Amino acid sequence: MDYMTLIQLLDSTVRLATPLLLACLAGLFSERAGIFDIGLDGKMLAAAFFSAAIAALYGNVWLGLLAGIAASLALSLLHGLASITFRGNQLISGVAINFLAAGLTVLIAQDWFQQGGRTPSLIGGARFNPITLPFADAVEPVPFIGPLYAELISGHSILVYAAFAAVPLTWWLLYRTRFGLRLRAVGENPAAVDTAGVSVIGLRYAAVCICGVLCGIAGAYLSTALQAGFIKDMSAGRGYIALAALIFAKWRPWYALWATLLFGLFGALETRPDVIEALIGVKVQGQLLGALPYVMTVIILAGFVGKAIPPRAGGEPYVKER
Amino acid sequence: MPKWAEVVLVPLISLILAAILSALVILGIGEDPVAAVKLMVTGALGSTYGWGYTLYYATNFMFTGLCVAIAFHARLFNIGGEGQAMLGGLGVALACLYIPWPHWSLALIGATTMAALFGAAWAAIPAFLQAKRGSHIVITTIMFNFIAAAVLNYILVNMLRPKGSMDPATARFPDATNLPTLHDLLAPIGINFSKAAPANISLLVAIAACFFLWVLIWRTRLGYEIRAYGHSESAAKYAGISPVKITMITMIISGGLAGMMAINNVMGESERLVLNATEGAGFIGIAVALMGRSHPLGVFLAAILFGFLYQGGAELALWTSIPRELIVVIQALVILFTGALDNMVRMPLEKIFLSIRNARAPKPERKPVEPAE
Repeated sequence: MDYMTLIQLLDSTVRLATPLLLACLAGLFSERAGIFDIGLDGKMLAAAFFSAAIAALYGNVWLGLLAGIAASLALSLLHGLASITFRGNQLISGVAINFLAAGLTVLIAQDWFQQGGRTPSLIGGARFNPITLPFADAVEPVPFIGPLYAELISGHSILVYAAFAAVPLTWWLLYRTRFGLRLRAVGENPAAVDTAGVSVIGLRYAAVCICGVLCGIAGAYLSTALQAGFIKDMSAGRGYIALAALIFAKWRPWYALWATLLFGLFGALETRPDVIEALIGVKVQGQLLGALPYVMTVIILAGFVGKAIPPRAGGEPYVKER
Repeated sequence: MPKWAEVVLVPLISLILAAILSALVILGIGEDPVAAVKLMVTGALGSTYGWGYTLYYATNFMFTGLCVAIAFHARLFNIGGEGQAMLGGLGVALACLYIPWPHWSLALIGATTMAALFGAAWAAIPAFLQAKRGSHIVITTIMFNFIAAAVLNYILVNMLRPKGSMDPATARFPDATNLPTLHDLLAPIGINFSKAAPANISLLVAIAACFFLWVLIWRTRLGYEIRAYGHSESAAKYAGISPVKITMITMIISGGLAGMMAINNVMGESERLVLNATEGAGFIGIAVALMGRSHPLGVFLAAILFGFLYQGGAELALWTSIPRELIVVIQALVILFTGALDNMVRMPLEKIFLSIRNARAPKPERKPVEPAE
């Protein structure tokens, strides 16, 4: 495998890891506050549709992004209503949200565009276009560093850079601010937070809303940057892979970056069977490679490679008095 | 709250709420909900052909609904019915392709056993990881759904696909394994049932499974232990019930039931194993179990309702511009209202019943307080 192939592979790794990273951080906020969220996939899907639809209708991708975030946020609030206010089962609520998004997006897409559950293809300002970083063209001829900078680091859409910037931001917010301390506490021991006079319900709603915003960006990235338009079920289980990455990362932001990059690499390899064959000399079936994130997550969950310990109060509704 | 309200009123109100929202969705996309319901009823229940499809879908949902329901009794959430049903399909395919069955009845027994074994094995791994290693069963069963899809894809493409065929599917099963349809079963007693509809003898197996599950849960020692474990793990432990044993057995039964779905869709309908044969039935099992309140009779009724919705939805997609995904929305709303937002329905009802009881009961006589001297 030559250097350019490697750069190309890493380049598509970054592209594929971005939605996973955003969704993974979204799940991180929610689960760190004690709200399990298996509805990440549905929220991404809803955001993907609404951002593509609004971008297609108004020709402005930023309006689309806002619409996507709004759609994802609405589903997040539904999840909050069910699991925080009415103390319902968070897992069941997540399942319902996934199906709601899967059904409604196609239904509305068919009603608005009559194209069999897809949006028209997005062009020009209706998409997030690649940004060329300064001097990218100038340094390209430089050996080794040139292609690295021009191909791998430069030339992504703004959402990719936003996603990578979200990692240190999440770390700072969780570990260096009062809000972060409380958020982590509410996922471990909500009664203690309550005793300290801080609203458990308020904190959990805040976490669920942050989750909604991040999922919204992830979904918008899928339909307006990674691809040019919405197609039915386009999230393709990415929300579940993000969930797997979250467990893989043991609910920590920096680990989440590495986990999603790893899973992104698997995704990139899936489209390049020739590279795998050249690397290990054996032909590997694409489908099996696609299942690798799930298999690895099960192994991690089983505690054979390190132990993934979820936030202690995760999944349980908080009841003030018993 | 009285028992009848718990069993009938709460699910009914949840269902009505889901129906109202579904009607609003249909209105929202510019169609007439009343006409849609009429079309669904005639399409799904207006002919023996419609009934045949409704019952065919209902059979699938009975198996997957029971699968989720039995796990609920032990407070386990088995989201992996889909993957377990896929593996069940593999079991059926192997049984039908490689064993020369002399008669369909023997083939049915053999295929059912294989389906149950494969489904149970696929559920046993997450169960073991939950019981012994403490990994969350919801996450592992989700992961196992994806792994099942990948494994099945691999096996179909690379091993079971007949030579020269491009289609990722097995060869057609031999004729001796073809199950009698409801047409064949009802003809001797003079009922002319549609020949084209796929409903088959698996329906009777599903109904038997409902009955056996009822016996298991409420009439056996094991069922008692499962329910006790579901109500309180610590109390069950104190009573000498082993959490490992209950988790394993419950999930094995659960996975076996999901796997058995394959005798209906793989052996009864398509008569070969195709990719994505389950068509999401494993997930509909969640809605069915929630709506049926995890009771086998409830699951039976809810499965028929969802069978009706499925067939009716197909008719809608055929005759109007409403896509089939409407059913997914309805399914989501049912899961939402009967599952996640259960307390939203239950809390006000409990208040109403409490106030009725207080109003009826004679107020306790209060002794006049002697004025202090």
